Amino acid sequence: MMTYLLRRLAYAVPILLGVNLLTFSLFFMVNTPDDMARMHLGVKHVTQPAIEAWKVQHGYAQPLFYNAREPGWRAWRDTLFFNQSVHMFALDFGESDDGRNIGEALRARAGPSLSIALPTFVLGLWVNIGLALMLVWARASWLDRFGVTATVVLMSVSSLFYIIAGQYWVAHLWRLVPISGFVPGADSWHFVLLPIVVSVMAGVGNGTRWYRSIFLEEIGKDYVRTARAKGLNESHVLFRHVLQNGLIPILTGAVAVLPLLFMGSLLTESFFGIPGLGSYVIDAIQAQDFAVVRAMVFIGSVLYLIGLWLTDLAYSWADPRVRFS
Amino acid sequence: MGWQPVILWADGLIWLTVAAVGLLFWRGADGFRAGWQHLWRKPVAMAAGLVLLCYVGIGLLDSLHFRLRLPAQAGMSAQYSVEVNSVLDVLIAHLNAYPEQTYSAPLAKHLFVKMPTILPDGHLALTYPDLTLYQAQKLGHDEQRARGRGQEKIRLGLRGVLVGVLLAAAMTLLFAGWQAYREGMPLRDLLRTALQGKHPLPWRTGWATLTVLCVLGAMMAEWSTVYHVLGTDKIGQDVLYQSMKGVRTGLMMGTLTTLVTLPLAVGLGIAAGYFGGWVDDVIQYIYTTLNSIPGVLLIVAAVLLMQGFIETHPALFDSAASRADFRLLFLCGILGVTSWTSLCRVLRGETFKLREQDYVLAARTLGVSDWRIMGRHVLPNLLHLILISMVMDFSGFVLAEAVLSYLGVGVDPAMASWGNMINAARLELSREPVVWWPLASAFGWMFVLVLSANLFADSLREAFDPLGRRR
Repeated sequence: MMTYLLRRLAYAVPILLGVNLLTFSLFFMVNTPDDMARMHLGVKHVTQPAIEAWKVQHGYAQPLFYNAREPGWRAWRDTLFFNQSVHMFALDFGESDDGRNIGEALRARAGPSLSIALPTFVLGLWVNIGLALMLVWARASWLDRFGVTATVVLMSVSSLFYIIAGQYWVAHLWRLVPISGFVPGADSWHFVLLPIVVSVMAGVGNGTRWYRSIFLEEIGKDYVRTARAKGLNESHVLFRHVLQNGLIPILTGAVAVLPLLFMGSLLTESFFGIPGLGSYVIDAIQAQDFAVVRAMVFIGSVLYLIGLWLTDLAYSWADPRVRFS
Repeated sequence: MGWQPVILWADGLIWLTVAAVGLLFWRGADGFRAGWQHLWRKPVAMAAGLVLLCYVGIGLLDSLHFRLRLPAQAGMSAQYSVEVNSVLDVLIAHLNAYPEQTYSAPLAKHLFVKMPTILPDGHLALTYPDLTLYQAQKLGHDEQRARGRGQEKIRLGLRGVLVGVLLAAAMTLLFAGWQAYREGMPLRDLLRTALQGKHPLPWRTGWATLTVLCVLGAMMAEWSTVYHVLGTDKIGQDVLYQSMKGVRTGLMMGTLTTLVTLPLAVGLGIAAGYFGGWVDDVIQYIYTTLNSIPGVLLIVAAVLLMQGFIETHPALFDSAASRADFRLLFLCGILGVTSWTSLCRVLRGETFKLREQDYVLAARTLGVSDWRIMGRHVLPNLLHLILISMVMDFSGFVLAEAVLSYLGVGVDPAMASWGNMINAARLELSREPVVWWPLASAFGWMFVLVLSANLFADSLREAFDPLGRRR
């Protein structure tokens, strides 16, 4: 068990190396430091010395993969790829283009992101499971048919619509909560309320449908028939047996996305003016700040792999039948 | 007047897809055709399919591009206009023929905002000026028609309803005649069973859907001769025109992105499942790595880099249309590269099971080559999974276009798309009085397309996957 989990953890290393190589190629080979310098110094009328100076100033002066001027193994070490990778794996992301430390910004912005993402996640899970159970309870009735149609309709609405409509009605017309903004601390609740409700709404169609299909699959199994044959009433069957077994795939699936909650949501945060990691990325995109985007890609991959690892852990914990070799 | 066809890359791909789908119907495997016939018997599939066909029709008309020949000048070879037009542009040109100054509400006679105008007595006053479209109507027609304008909305609407109902009835009859010919049944018998709902095909649903579509279309066509049916946007362009132009972009995003994912998912999924061993390890490594990168960020990064590429290589693109085309294709490409992994995983697992089947073992002992086994024995048994996943992903890609355009990394800003419409209209709801129609129109057109695609996908899954396996 322990060795299995350790091996799974070790499996993440080559994947992170791959991610690092891919993002490095994307950001430094397709868009060479010379291009970056030209972009920052103004596209036209840039002299070569100015480019070199910019590269030295921002630490991009070394060659990409192989430094022919250095002897032996230093030819590989004194390169942009090596240095950037070492910093990346040490979780030292350097500075963004406006000279601020990226690591500090990440730490400061994770909180606001989580204050939206975590309640959304928990509330969404409850709402979706509840609705799905209700549909399964009323399966093959008009309520079920209506519910399934409603989930398809909800799924077909653009997420932008939920945000825009929510802001218009709840915040603009009814003036129940502020349209956008954020304050740290306990007072933040009326700023995060609307984004949370809107995000849950946007996910409810997909989630309910998916969970309903999981519960329906579960309800067709033999142990359910046995339970009914024993004379258990329907609610006991549904809430004791089906819910518990159906929760295994649902919760292990949820565990996989748990670490990614740190990343926040690009759309929600930018619409509601939440100073989280999602809006950090949006700002970086608009400013064409590749260092920030690259750092976020790396962090996202690390979090995803942690999620995969946690899923393995959760499976072995939730389902004693699962044995790893 | 002469013209010269222009085949943009995206157009070529989309027509190739249409041809391929047609070929699949014409020469497809029997099981495939049976599933397809089963599909049309579901009322939901019939209704959703007809709506989808309507969208596809608009999109295809908008994918036939050409350039007009400029008026000939003595001693010069034929010159063609720089502007690339599509057949749809010509058909609905009258919608955009009278650009207004700024916002006007749907079916309005006046602009939505007051403008300083000089009154007949020479004074300057803030009034709601008449729309240019209205003025053009007044000049173009006699006095009587202009005076009767109050009832004109109703008159034109009723005429639209009439035309629509007749058109739908005629089309249904045409199909019924064809079906009666195919079944060797008198038309009257077929119509009777159809009306009673005893025919296997849901004729009543089909007829009702056609009627709704035709009535809506005919009413819009009638009204659009005198009004801006869905109003005009901030710079006075007709919203209906833009929404219809957005159909092509939405369909392209859905279709081309699916086309990009297919070879990757199918090829790698089957290879991983069939060969196992190190091939499987490598392919698993590739898709886990790709999966672990947050998709949106990868798309954003790639699109930013592409924008830089377009800026530094302006010579490669000879017209604005080809630049927009390149951008659309690139976007589809990168969106496809980030979203093939889930289908690949499903196909890998399914191939693992198929590999152990007796007929595969038999083929292998008979010395059939690996490639042939994969093509003849494995792939056909995966077709339903591929088809279901294609249609299910389609709607996701259409929705993704709007989000990406909102983030500023979507299709070319000059290209008509629902995402760009939403992006341009993002501040309009905070205006007082509120301007709702550009947003409502973009969301509405997108919603109908995505909803019918989703409903169609559901029916498709039920028709082709009787075991009800979920992804």
